[in-house]
Amino acid sequence: MTPFPFTAIVGQDEMKTAMILTAIDPKIGGVLVFGDRGTGKSTAVRALAALLPPIESVAGCPVNSARPEDCPDWAEITDTTLVERPTPVVDLPLGVSEDRVTGALDIERALTRGEKAFQAGLLARANRGYLYIDEVNLLEDHIVDLLLDVAQSGENVVEREGMSIRHPARFVLVGSGNPEEGELRPQLLDRFGLSVEVTSPKEIETRIEVIRRRDAYETDHAGFMEEWQPQDAALRARILDARAALPEVRSSNVALHDCASVCLALGSDGLRGELTLLRTARALAAFESAPEITRAHIRTAAPMALRHRLRRDPLDEAGSGARVARQLAEVLP
Amino acid sequence: MTPYDDTTGPPGRPPPQTDPWAMVELAITLLAIDPAGLRGLWLRARAGPVRDRALAGLKTVAPRKLHPFTSDEALMGGLDLSATLASGAMQRHAGLLEQPGALELTMAERCPPGLAVRLGQALDRDPALALIALDEACEEGEGLQQSLADRLGLFLDLDGFAWGETADITLSPALIATAQARLTGIASGTALTRLARVAAELGIASLRAPLLAHACARAHAAWRGAEAIEEADLEIAVALCFAHKAQQLPEDAPAPEDSPPEPPEDQPEEGRDRDESELDIPEDMLIEAARSALPPGLIAQLQAARLARAQGGPSGAGAKRKSMRRGRPLPSRAGKPGSGARVDVIATLRQAAPWQKMRRAMLPGRAPDRLLLMPADIRLKRYQDQTDRVLIFVVDASGSAALARLAEAKGAVELMLAEAYSTRDHVALVAFRGHQAELCLPPSRSLVQTKRRLAGLPGGGATPLASALQLALATAEQARGHGMTPTLAFLTDGRGNIALDGSANRAQAAEEATQLARAIAARGVPSLVIDTSLRPKPQLAALSAEMRATLIALPRADARSLSATLSAALGG
Repeated sequence: MTPFPFTAIVGQDEMKTAMILTAIDPKIGGVLVFGDRGTGKSTAVRALAALLPPIESVAGCPVNSARPEDCPDWAEITDTTLVERPTPVVDLPLGVSEDRVTGALDIERALTRGEKAFQAGLLARANRGYLYIDEVNLLEDHIVDLLLDVAQSGENVVEREGMSIRHPARFVLVGSGNPEEGELRPQLLDRFGLSVEVTSPKEIETRIEVIRRRDAYETDHAGFMEEWQPQDAALRARILDARAALPEVRSSNVALHDCASVCLALGSDGLRGELTLLRTARALAAFESAPEITRAHIRTAAPMALRHRLRRDPLDEAGSGARVARQLAEVLP
Repeated sequence: MTPYDDTTGPPGRPPPQTDPWAMVELAITLLAIDPAGLRGLWLRARAGPVRDRALAGLKTVAPRKLHPFTSDEALMGGLDLSATLASGAMQRHAGLLEQPGALELTMAERCPPGLAVRLGQALDRDPALALIALDEACEEGEGLQQSLADRLGLFLDLDGFAWGETADITLSPALIATAQARLTGIASGTALTRLARVAAELGIASLRAPLLAHACARAHAAWRGAEAIEEADLEIAVALCFAHKAQQLPEDAPAPEDSPPEPPEDQPEEGRDRDESELDIPEDMLIEAARSALPPGLIAQLQAARLARAQGGPSGAGAKRKSMRRGRPLPSRAGKPGSGARVDVIATLRQAAPWQKMRRAMLPGRAPDRLLLMPADIRLKRYQDQTDRVLIFVVDASGSAALARLAEAKGAVELMLAEAYSTRDHVALVAFRGHQAELCLPPSRSLVQTKRRLAGLPGGGATPLASALQLALATAEQARGHGMTPTLAFLTDGRGNIALDGSANRAQAAEEATQLARAIAARGVPSLVIDTSLRPKPQLAALSAEMRATLIALPRADARSLSATLSAALGG
């Protein structure tokens, strides 16, 4: 069944904005969606795939290389024509073995022909695309270590049976989870550019609309897709326009100063927060066809770019989102 | 025959209130009709003949069984090594999740979060999959993982049934098939909207619940042979799908004990028939259906289980961690031997087996009957172990807690220490008096050292309660960082009068104490408050409620009874 259309998701504006912004500028570095059960977290991620612009890659290349000369030797590629294909969105399931993530020797060829051949894993497939982890907080520690290592270097290295395989593995990490089931390690948290918190809608009419659309999607699939696909297409066009406009968006000294003072006031660690905030605000400005970053863009971008980078304060039970909002009101009146 | 051929009540009223077993039978029937729509059943019952009787009705669904410690390989499928080696070509064995139909999870209350999430994802991915979760919880704080409970439509509690109240459930495959054929033709009307509204009134946050209840109402309408979902279908759906998920019951509805059985209640029904689209009509009848389906105390019990989950399980045992040496076996992992790890010989051989042909080709001249092992083949055993528990005593040594009480508290701590020593728990001691709290003893197992520190504890002065809470939380977090499972035990009269900055500002002190208590609750640190004052005051009760702590008022406790209470409350 075609995934649920992105534009048909009711409410959850912050989550949708965050996903659109990473689609405009993948350098922002992915989204973490944390929240209640049954709020459509994974629905939204799967819907995102349909919005992403296609990439051009070598037809037979297991790591989606853009040029024939970038293809790894071990892939033994014969077909080097360039084709357009959808941006890969690869699922990393829980309980996945290390071999499936990094790739391993092809067991079938070893058995039947006694040959050594590398079989690419999920990281290869996710290169130049998205890697999605549902229930990311329950991911086994050794897989998290592996992801952090690869995300750091942008390269996957596998050594087996005297063979050393390396290939580029640059991907945008998208995760979702329920905080009740466990917390995320700060190192992994920091890998996500943006983080959003979702809750079940409180408004009864909104809730009814969510359920009604879900029911329509399941019972009248064709009709529902016909209704929503044009809207998804329009959003996709807007994302492409924003991508094109991105280099033209000006960031004034005032905007840079604003970003720095928000981060300073919040005491967020390192420069990564500032950089992400600036990129997010710029993508937002491009999305809204604004010529330059304004204070309003920074105000919208700050909670999602910064809330997961704050040090914990045991005296504050309101959550880091509220803290960002409070500081924003003070620093950027 | 359908259950309504010789119905006892007026049309539109379901009969289940009169015969609870009929409701069980109905739920099983509905699951057999639409397993894919209802997604499954949460069956709370001890193993026994009553449960077997209920499950026998599900023969048509023919579930495959799995248990809480089913391995990922059994779930997801994997390489079938013996078949592969025998045939020389790659052979897979299918995982439990890859086959169509229903699954039956035994001992579901022990299902670890990882498995619950995998099953939940499988349910989301495969629209035809259904799960029957057999929850044998017998103690408070146990129960099915929320992530699974949320996805399953039906709930049944069989624990109240005596054998004599039950009967065999035999479903006619022909009647089930007739109802199944009818499913898609059932008109829904405003059913979905109304169910969404009732779910909201019952405080059910998840949006899956109304969709599941809708499937239930539809299956019931099909079973009745009706063309459209009617009132009776909705009542059944609410009773079977909403009652156990309810977080609240609207207060204006009458209490269940007061309402006479089966009042006619004609007016609201007619009123709704007139204008169903009206948005403000309270769904009293449906709420009532939820209420009567609930055994008294069930909401509280289910919430206790939820809370215990959030706090990482009952406080009787430490949290889980991975270990190389002892505990429940986990799947082996690649690694280097040494540092106490044990090599899993079988797993290592399994790992090496497929590569033999290739290695022989690479390394000619080796004896053909030798197994060629490489360092990368080595698999190490891993176990799931319980972490050590640490009891952090936070003792009020201020002037308001009179000196005699301090002596009693000291005695209780000493007794607890002796017990902790025998259960190999760690103990830490935080004392507070004067301007701030002080960590008198970091987590330790040393009985002698603790006694010495305790004996030297002076009394008197002001009560810096907020500072004590802050230090207690910090100590607990630190203990967690070291892989221990902390429990806090406060002994105080709760009259804090010193703020965190050391000033004697009673209002500020109280405000800070409340905030810190919430922080302790938010971190899920299990805690216990022992009120040592002669006349218990409401402030301390409020504070321990914020902390989600167990409050024990001991106005006249001596050391021995204090210790008995503590060990009972801590389950240790």
